[in-house]
Amino acid sequence: MPATLRAGARLAVPLFAPTLALGLSFGVLAAPVMGVVAPIVMSAVVFAGGSQFAAVGVLAGGGGAFAASGAGLLMNARFLPMGFAFAPAFRGGRLWRATQGSAIVDAGLILARDERGDYDRNLLFGSTAVQFCGWVGGTALGVFAGKALPDPNAFGIDAIFPAFYIALLGSELRNPRARMAAVLAVLVALAGATVLPPGVPVIVAAAVALIGLIPEPERAKEAV
Amino acid sequence: MTVWLTIGLLVVGTFVIKGLGPAALGRRELPARVVPVIALLPAVLLSALVAYETFAGDGGFHVDAKVVGIGAAIAAVALRAPMIVVMVAAAAATALTRLVM
Repeated sequence: MPATLRAGARLAVPLFAPTLALGLSFGVLAAPVMGVVAPIVMSAVVFAGGSQFAAVGVLAGGGGAFAASGAGLLMNARFLPMGFAFAPAFRGGRLWRATQGSAIVDAGLILARDERGDYDRNLLFGSTAVQFCGWVGGTALGVFAGKALPDPNAFGIDAIFPAFYIALLGSELRNPRARMAAVLAVLVALAGATVLPPGVPVIVAAAVALIGLIPEPERAKEAV
Repeated sequence: MTVWLTIGLLVVGTFVIKGLGPAALGRRELPARVVPVIALLPAVLLSALVAYETFAGDGGFHVDAKVVGIGAAIAAVALRAPMIVVMVAAAAATALTRLVM
């Protein structure tokens, strides 16, 4: 096993418990709507939490398959720009590269970069594998034992995910330009939440990254 | 049937969304102009995601005990606490807030 695969898995270890808890809450929510088998299969083959919560929400409200999957896919729209970011990391033919793209998850954006800042597919695969086990295992736990277990959120488990991202963002935001972009993105996402359907504000906020197209004058001078 | 059709559509759609970039770019490197955009993506996307899921998750604004935990996490990061301390602080602050609320 390549060392980078193991390194990626190690980086994602802190995410195992919160992913398990999130999967558990999905299992508890989905079981009355979808039965016992479907939620577990869904977590294994769709493997995108936000979209699964959105789809089950629509189904629970009596919506059809197209409305439910449409709501889910809007939540996943943010993976489109991420796919372009990760693209140079993958190897092989087009279809095989697209398949490797299925391993893209939010945490990979920061966890899967090597020391030069380039994305590394083994770091991604390793870190995603840990989250996959947590997500599918948590769903199964929620489906079968959810009601018998204490609510993980009583222990604040749901705050661990955002805290992990905030900790990762700490070093990211030391760059003034990244800091400005992040503040702008937060404002866009929250303003968008007042008018846009769920999931869409995040992809609109992602467009703030386009300010990277504007040349940085100071940096250019330093380079000379 | 509706359930399995939903799952099938989500699988195909998600595969296309995640795979479009890798398939379209193929073996080519990213154009140099795009590199700074990609470099900003983690900061932009994760900040927006944290803010959105904390305050606006499933349509409409809401505030719950998690906000206190996120405040604790930001304070811990500002004090340059290690990752594990940030995460424990966030969970503990959230749990305590739920206990007293």
